[in-house]
Amino acid sequence: MTLQTSVYSRSTPPPAFRLAGSGFAYGDHAVLGPWSLDLAPGETIAILGPSGCGKSTLLKQIAGLLSGGPDMAGKIAWMAQQDLLLPWASLRDNILLGARLRGEIPDLARADALLDRLGLADRPNALPQQLSGGMRQRAALARTLMEDRPLVLMDEPFSALDSITRADMQNLACATLHDRAVLMVTHDPVEACRMADRIYLLTGAPAQLQLALSLRPGKPRDPLSPDMLPHLRLLHDALLRNAMSAA
Amino acid sequence: MTWLRPLLTLCGLLLLWQLIVWGFALPPYILPSPVSVARAFVLRGDVLLTEAVVTVVEILLGLVFGALLGAAAALGLLASTVARRWLLPLIIASQAVPVFALAPLLVLWFGYGIASKIVMTMLIIFFPVSAALYDGLRRTDAGWLDLAHVMTGGAKQHRLRILLHIRLMAALPAFASGLKIAAAVAPIGAVIGEWVGASAGLGFLMLQANARVQTDLMFAALILLALCAVALYAAVDHLTRRLLPWQADSHTRT
Repeated sequence: MTLQTSVYSRSTPPPAFRLAGSGFAYGDHAVLGPWSLDLAPGETIAILGPSGCGKSTLLKQIAGLLSGGPDMAGKIAWMAQQDLLLPWASLRDNILLGARLRGEIPDLARADALLDRLGLADRPNALPQQLSGGMRQRAALARTLMEDRPLVLMDEPFSALDSITRADMQNLACATLHDRAVLMVTHDPVEACRMADRIYLLTGAPAQLQLALSLRPGKPRDPLSPDMLPHLRLLHDALLRNAMSAA
Repeated sequence: MTWLRPLLTLCGLLLLWQLIVWGFALPPYILPSPVSVARAFVLRGDVLLTEAVVTVVEILLGLVFGALLGAAAALGLLASTVARRWLLPLIIASQAVPVFALAPLLVLWFGYGIASKIVMTMLIIFFPVSAALYDGLRRTDAGWLDLAHVMTGGAKQHRLRILLHIRLMAALPAFASGLKIAAAVAPIGAVIGEWVGASAGLGFLMLQANARVQTDLMFAALILLALCAVALYAAVDHLTRRLLPWQADSHTRT
């Protein structure tokens, strides 16, 4: 297991986030109850729950895409389940999209450095359709990193990939995002154990956050190692119990 | 191989045509034979070409201005709720008025020259272009707009750039299909205009030839017009494919 350099040892520690939201209802159907989360730089929180439990609602509230969340405008980078690459734009232009939309002068050197870091350096001018699913998600990660925001929100970013590519992407994301605060929602306990420092369950109606696990530092973890097994079992059982009580 | 099939079809059609002329013993002023039409092409080639140039210019200018007008209307509809509320019903209602009925008025207002034909063509193609583009602009992938919202922090001053970089680009394939429809119907507008009142153009030539019972010349003008229309459609189709190489992707993507 690789040892990550601790970000807390920096001379000026970046600020921690205290996020809170008022909950959310679609019409008179309350999906999400009031919630709050503390999150420090270098820390990854995974929110685990079945499809339709309100995970994406929570994430969208933080991102400002739904009302009732904290004001985090300009502090967030967003990575969704789909790569959301623009099919008409080259890889490099896709990565520079944020700068273009804000009318800034795009930092070409940094974009190329990121492409290099993510193993896409030889195809900066390729269109997304010319790339494999794994490479497209790498490009989406590069675009997320290009945004250079302290808080990264991930909405099941790797769930569309095959399992080997997914593991590869999870490791790559851990390595490249190690100094950011990351909040990811997922339905996959293995993904949560591999990448997160703290794992929350989102259960009930309206959904409530509930701390399920705090893991020792050292991500990305090997979810197949013996000491991870009890954690996986615990998460699996909790999700299963939850699903049965919902049914 | 790709040109063999259309060539065979063409030969088959010419043969059928000749057989009908022979079989029914039709006089040349009712249905001229392919040979006599070909002769009209050769003997009156200079006239045909001069008139064809006029019609093609009318079609092209009408297409360009009509597409610009349609695109502007679509953008206006997207940008402003007021425009949507007041302009959209008006645009749709305007399509209920047959352009044929408007043609004499347009000739009265814009004269016998090229202007009335261009306006006629614009009127015909304005709607398919604006409807297609407006549809495309409204159907931007919600994921892209979410991403753009997070990237810009939802700030209002970036909305125009989101429109240009994402919405408009995403709507280009829809705009292209609108343009293709426009290219197919644009010759209709120009020729209607020429029939109602003109001093030049293929439609004008056809009217003249009809009045003088020069049916072979009429057929030659008709064939030339059809060729121009097909060439225009093929050119627009080719151009939009070349300029939007990513749109083929949407058929195969899951």
